[in-house]
Amino acid sequence: MRKKDISYAGVMARRSKILKSSLGIDYGVYESGSIAFDYGALMAFGGYGFDDIRGIQKAVSAGNTPLIELRNITRLLRQLSPPGKGARVLLKDEACNPSGSSKERRAAITCHHAKRAGYKGVVAAAGNSYGMAVAAQAARQGLRCVVVQECYDSRMRCQPEAVEAARKCEALGAEVLQLSVGPEMFYVFLSILEETGFMNASLYSPFGVLGVETLGYEIARETNEKYGRNPDAVICAHAGGGNVTGTARGLIRAGAGSASVIAASVDLRGLDLTSDESYNLKSFTTGHTGSGMPFAADPDRSDTRRSAARPLRYMDRYVLVSQGEVFYATEVLVALEGLERGPAGNTGLAAAFSLAREMGQDEILVVQGTEYAGAGRHSQAQLSFARENGIVIKFGDPGKNIPGKNIIIPDTPERISAVEQDMGTLRKSLITNKTKGYPRDSITAGDIAFLAEETKTDEGFVEAVLNCG
Amino acid sequence: MVKKGAWVTIENVVLLASERGENLPADTRRTDLKKWVRGTLARRAQIGGPAIIVTPSGRKESGVLVEVNPSFAVGYGTYVPELRKAADQAREFMRGQLVENSDGSDDL
Repeated sequence: MRKKDISYAGVMARRSKILKSSLGIDYGVYESGSIAFDYGALMAFGGYGFDDIRGIQKAVSAGNTPLIELRNITRLLRQLSPPGKGARVLLKDEACNPSGSSKERRAAITCHHAKRAGYKGVVAAAGNSYGMAVAAQAARQGLRCVVVQECYDSRMRCQPEAVEAARKCEALGAEVLQLSVGPEMFYVFLSILEETGFMNASLYSPFGVLGVETLGYEIARETNEKYGRNPDAVICAHAGGGNVTGTARGLIRAGAGSASVIAASVDLRGLDLTSDESYNLKSFTTGHTGSGMPFAADPDRSDTRRSAARPLRYMDRYVLVSQGEVFYATEVLVALEGLERGPAGNTGLAAAFSLAREMGQDEILVVQGTEYAGAGRHSQAQLSFARENGIVIKFGDPGKNIPGKNIIIPDTPERISAVEQDMGTLRKSLITNKTKGYPRDSITAGDIAFLAEETKTDEGFVEAVLNCG
Repeated sequence: MVKKGAWVTIENVVLLASERGENLPADTRRTDLKKWVRGTLARRAQIGGPAIIVTPSGRKESGVLVEVNPSFAVGYGTYVPELRKAADQAREFMRGQLVENSDGSDDL
C-alpha cells in the first residue's frame, strides 16, 4: 500500500475529502449550481426537530440557565440616561452550563450526532470556551476528544485564558494539541481528522448552530412569562456567527422575531492576529473583530463548505466595544450585582451599558450570555498579562484605545459607547464576496433572492449593489 | 532517564520556517510552526531526547521530550489597582440606592 502523503501540500490537497468524511454532509446536494444554495434544507440535515434538540440538551444538562434582571445596573444606567430612557437589562447566565458557557448547547448536539453517526470521537479546532464545551460533552457522552489550540508565540507567551482552556480540556479527558501562532493550524486539524477518523466538531455545522436556537427560545419565553412581553432587543456576542444566527432563529421560533438582534464584538481592528509578535497582545481570545468582521461579510470562509452560521441573515445592528469597556462592565457586574463572571463572556454586557440608554424605560434589553470566571479567566489575570507585555493600562476615554498598545478603562460609565458599524457596508461586502467570479449576466433571479435573504434586505438592494459594483 | 508510562509533554516542529507560507507576516514566517502534545511515554526517554507517547485519544506521537508531569501555570495574575477603582466608583455612585427588596417588587 502506498503511504499517505502527510506533508502540508499533501493534506491540503485532500481538504475537501477530509472535511466531507469528517462531517458526513454532502454539501453538493444543497447547491443550485450557481451562487444560491438551499440553506433551509442544510439546517434540516440529520432530521433534528426543535423538540429533539431540547430533549438532547436536557438529557445532558445543557441550557435552561437563569435569566437574571440586573436591577442595580438598570438603575445606574437610568441615572445616566435622558428622562424616560434606560431599558430594563436582563442577563442570560449561560455560565451556569456544565462547562461554563453557551457553547455547551452546541457541543451537546454535535456530540450527540457524532455518536449517532458512529464516530468514535470528535475534534475541535477551538482552544477556548467551545473547546471546553466539546471536551465536557465528549466526556459525558462517551466519546474521545482532541482539541487543537493555537496559543504560544515564539517567546512561549500564552494568554491566561488559553492556558486555562487547555487545562480544563485536559482535565475533562481530551487530548490537547497546542500550536505556535499561525493559520497553518488548519493543516494540523485536517491531519488529526484524517488520522483519527473522528467527527469534525465544527461550529459551522447545522448541529453547531441548531444548539443555540434553544437559547433564543428560552430568552423569549422567560421574558414573556416574567414581564408579559417579548424582549425589544437582544445583544449577542459575535465572532464566527453561530451565536447570532442560532439565537435569532430561536427568537423567531418563539414568536419574538420583532426583537432587534444586535451583534457585539470586541474591537481589535488594526491588530494582526496572524503575527507572532502581536498575537498575544490582545486580551480577548474570541468574540472579537478578527473573526466577527470577516465571518459576517463571508460566512463560508470556515471549515465547512457552506456554513450554517449566517449572521447577516439575522443581524439588525453590529456594534463594537473596546477591551477596556468590557473589563469595566465585568467589574460593575461584580460590584453591583454580585456576579463574578469571566470577561470573555461580557462583550454583550459592555454594549448594553451604552445601548440601554437609548431605549425607553418600558423596553427590555437582554444580554444573551455570560461565561464562567476562574483562574486565567478573570480581568485581573488578563490585565496583568497585558501589562507584563507592555500594554499601557489607564483610565480615560475608551474611544482613544489602540488595540495592542493600550487598554483604556472608562473613567465614568457614561464613557461606554458601543460603536455602530455600517450594516450597508457589511451587506455590500457579502454580496461582492458571493458574486466574485460570476459575470453579471450569469447571476440568476434565484441568486438575487438568495442574496436578499443572506443580507436581510430585498432584491432591489441586491440589484443596486450589483449594478454599481 | 524518564520511565515508560510517565505523563509528559513532547514538542515537535510541524513546519520549518522555510516551509511556511509567503502570505504570512514576516515575523511569523521567521519562526518554525511548533506543536506540543501531552501523553504517556511509550518507552523510556531522556529530557531533550527523542520520545514516543500515547495520547489520550489513543494516537502515537513522536517528538522531543520537554517536560515530565507537566502542569498549567494559571492563576489570577498580579494585582491590578485600576479594577478596584472601577468597582469602587460604581459602588459609590449607587450608594444608598441599591435595590434591597428581595421579593422582586421594586420600582423599576
